[in-house]
Amino acid sequence: MSNADTRYLFKRYNTWWVKVAVPKTLREELGYDLRKSLQTHDLDKAQELRWEVVEQLKAKIAQAKSQESLDLFTVPDQPVIQYVPPTDTANPQYYHKIVECQHACPAHTPVPEYIRQIAQGNYNEAYMLNWESNVFPGILGRTCDRPCEPACRRTRTHEKSVAICRLKRVTYDYKDDIQTLIPTPEEGNGKKIALIGGGPASLTVARDLVMMGYECTLFEKDPQAGGLMRTNIPSFRLPEKVLNEEVDQILDLGIKTEFNSEIKSMKKLLERDFDAIFVGTGAPKGRDIRIDGREQAEKNIHIGIDWLTSIAFEHTKSVGKKVIVLGGGNTAMDCCRTAIRLGAEEVKVTVRSPFDQMKASEWEIEDAMGEGIPIHDNHVPKRFIIKDNKLVGMEFEKVEAVFDANGKRSLVPTGDEPVIFECDDVLVAIGQDNAFEWIERDIGIEFGEWDMPIVDKVTFQSSNEKVFFGGDAAWGPENIIWAAAHGHQAAISIDKFCNKLDLYERPEPSTTLVSQKMGVHEWSYDNDISQAKRYLVPHADQKNALKDLKMEVELGFDEQLALEEAQRCLNCDVQTVFEEDLCIECDACVDICPTDCINFIHNDSEDSLRKNLRIPAVNLNQQILVSEELKQTSRVMVKDEDVCLHCGLCAERCPTGAWDMQNFLYQEAKVYS
Amino acid sequence: MTYIVKPKNHHPLLERNNLGLTRRDYEGAVSTLCAGCGHDSISSAIVEACFQLSIESYKVAKLSGIGCSSKAPAYFLNQSHGFNSVHGRMPSIATGAAMANHELLYLGISGDGDSASIGIGQFVHCARRQLNMTYIVENNGTYGLTKGQFSATNDLESKSKYGDDNLFPSIDLPSMAIQLGASFVARSFSGDKDQLVPLLKAALSHKGFSFLDIISPCVTFNNHNTSTKSYDYIREHNDSLSRPDFVPSGKEIVTEYKTGTSIDVPLHDGSLLSLEKLSENYDPTDKIKAIQNIQESQRDGKVLTGLLYADPDAKDLRDILNVSDKPLNEMDRKELCPGSEKLEGINAGLK
Repeated sequence: MSNADTRYLFKRYNTWWVKVAVPKTLREELGYDLRKSLQTHDLDKAQELRWEVVEQLKAKIAQAKSQESLDLFTVPDQPVIQYVPPTDTANPQYYHKIVECQHACPAHTPVPEYIRQIAQGNYNEAYMLNWESNVFPGILGRTCDRPCEPACRRTRTHEKSVAICRLKRVTYDYKDDIQTLIPTPEEGNGKKIALIGGGPASLTVARDLVMMGYECTLFEKDPQAGGLMRTNIPSFRLPEKVLNEEVDQILDLGIKTEFNSEIKSMKKLLERDFDAIFVGTGAPKGRDIRIDGREQAEKNIHIGIDWLTSIAFEHTKSVGKKVIVLGGGNTAMDCCRTAIRLGAEEVKVTVRSPFDQMKASEWEIEDAMGEGIPIHDNHVPKRFIIKDNKLVGMEFEKVEAVFDANGKRSLVPTGDEPVIFECDDVLVAIGQDNAFEWIERDIGIEFGEWDMPIVDKVTFQSSNEKVFFGGDAAWGPENIIWAAAHGHQAAISIDKFCNKLDLYERPEPSTTLVSQKMGVHEWSYDNDISQAKRYLVPHADQKNALKDLKMEVELGFDEQLALEEAQRCLNCDVQTVFEEDLCIECDACVDICPTDCINFIHNDSEDSLRKNLRIPAVNLNQQILVSEELKQTSRVMVKDEDVCLHCGLCAERCPTGAWDMQNFLYQEAKVYS
Repeated sequence: MTYIVKPKNHHPLLERNNLGLTRRDYEGAVSTLCAGCGHDSISSAIVEACFQLSIESYKVAKLSGIGCSSKAPAYFLNQSHGFNSVHGRMPSIATGAAMANHELLYLGISGDGDSASIGIGQFVHCARRQLNMTYIVENNGTYGLTKGQFSATNDLESKSKYGDDNLFPSIDLPSMAIQLGASFVARSFSGDKDQLVPLLKAALSHKGFSFLDIISPCVTFNNHNTSTKSYDYIREHNDSLSRPDFVPSGKEIVTEYKTGTSIDVPLHDGSLLSLEKLSENYDPTDKIKAIQNIQESQRDGKVLTGLLYADPDAKDLRDILNVSDKPLNEMDRKELCPGSEKLEGINAGLK
């Protein structure tokens, strides 16, 4: 009779394996655990066989331990080929790295999972997956900087990436009322947290902590929450309705708000009875330009972000006929497009750098140019031209970018005649700085270079243990998605701090790995690779759009387009899982693989393995999957994960089920579960 | 059956040959054979060999009979000519086609049932006549399409999947081919592309009758513990004569074998099959030794693979019959029909 004693044992398919955990200090070298197949389907037999194997594996760990201390003293006299050990796919980061869109997203949004939900018309589920990870799906679906898209595997098979950001928007546009899906906060735990600034970082921290029962108080200098999402992003890109809905969703969880109350002294705030303070004040100070004529022209020179804010709160309603925007970032693009909508007749953007080195996102540049706004690159502003005490134009020097041996760029004058552009107003959008005048320097918060607070990269804690920083306030201007990512981590830290736990013990992500096999030729994901090109998002009629500051330019995908675009996703989270015990080395997978990822080859160093594959694995950012030694030929299976299409043909053509397609869902840990 | 369409997407670094084509351009439809069938590996090796030789697909004629193996031509070279003939009659069709137009490359795909049973008479005469073609037998020792009965190439000591004994000794097709006068004879294994692809390239470049017996396990009916044509049995008993390396014409020989350990077999088109000897008593140009090697390995219970025999200078059917250089299918009526005067002359001579 079998008993249920499965110590050290686990089952993969029908085969019993032994697993021995590896101590933390050796994980880098040996992986999370050591495994060995017992090559039996029978539990009784496995129970008998396991002890010897357990001893072997433990000996291996002991050896590695002693090696660790020995390594410090001995110098190897001849190079030894470092055979690549079997890949530790139990380490959650292995498969996570293959889902490159998710890996590239600072908040690790499970992209392919929500795209599949969209394809099935489950917009609510898709929305909630986003809401969990990035907090503002409707806002980010319109404004995100999209680090996921350049990471998309489609770009490496010579195509355009899936329109991930536009699909995120779809989840917002087509969801129903999701109020009932939002979790209910726990009972109050009596701890009080202050959040300074009402932008995306603070809102994320507040959302996460209120769920755990913290009493959160949000201080905001403006009359409404949202931070830069409200003040700096014009409503033709982000309608107020979307912004309000997603901000209110968080505030309605029971966040206390104090609007129109700018914190002027950190010292005073620290004296109040808050258990922890989170600073999410962003980078609120627009950089100014100091050149000739600046003072005389003061009336007609506006700092980009301040100008956008005054438009957002409807203090400014007009602009001159001729407008010059200085700068090549996203704020500059927003400024020029706003100026046109306020009635300017001639708007131009000037940038110091060459066009291809502009900081603005490609699509924002495209949109600005699509609205007829010229961009003059290699133009360095020299002076404001004043006539009769009034600004009439600007003078620029033409330059070209020259790189020295170290790749450092300098802008060298071409010697051409100076260029003069007429103008009535100038908008300066040449960068943003942090502003921490309100934090006293004698309260234990240390400041470093550039007058920035010293913040721990892992815990987001400052040198005053009660004070945490996140978003742009931590390390300078970034994007909303980074603020959300910071917010989640800071919330974890604050929770640990309030419970007197070690802040460096970060919680593990939750992962699941589920076979997608439904029948002999049936898979529960759509593996027919779409050959469609990236679909374009429809835009509003430009004539009307340019007249209306509040008319949203991008219309978003309709449901049909969303479905077609969703089909372009390669499902990179459906992993090719290889079970060496079942492999009969028939080559069927090698023969069918459309991108020649799979190889059977003798083990070697990683370098040589990568070189000797059917097609060398040159992308070192992607991993190779190496199996255990195979029974028949002592070779190993090596799969280059780089351009795998996740089509599942290897599993489809495998006669023994050694390959299986398994859905890997990785969810970053949150403070609440 | 696989229902997923193989995506057109390919690796961005996929190599191109002298014609500017990739290996993917030599593929056919997705196989409908059982998953894991050795035949699919052979198809893939043919794709690789044709790609590497920069063969123009439209200059190839794929011919086959009936059986799992004979379905395989659908799964490679989808821009070539093809003829799926009656069971066992592929050699006749090939002979007719090759006589009408010798400018195509003739690739016959057959199986152990198609060649060693119903079509053995055709096989024998095709080899004997030295038809200029590459004749491949995808040998799995079983009748897969009819649910796994023994075929004539199944070894005596092998049992069926259901435990039945095999009552008759097997036919060794390579031995027959050598005796019948085939001028290029090799045996290989579907699971060893390092050996198979160079042999295929040499066979396709050889002028004359090239015969390849490729052991190709049937995963469904003949890959069990008591089979002698299973993946693991062949791997365990594989007795490889040589490690082949195909050197295309005009390329410098750069293989690094120690002197005395390699044999070069020059081929008709200027290319070369360079063989690293793995067995001392190996000379593929010696017919008697070749047969002796096969017999010895059979006695020792091994499966001899590699190039068994080659006669690079052998004549082919067209040389023997002295057929015109201009293909018959390009001749007009005037050229093909000598006229009634000539006929009368012949008739008169027969009176």
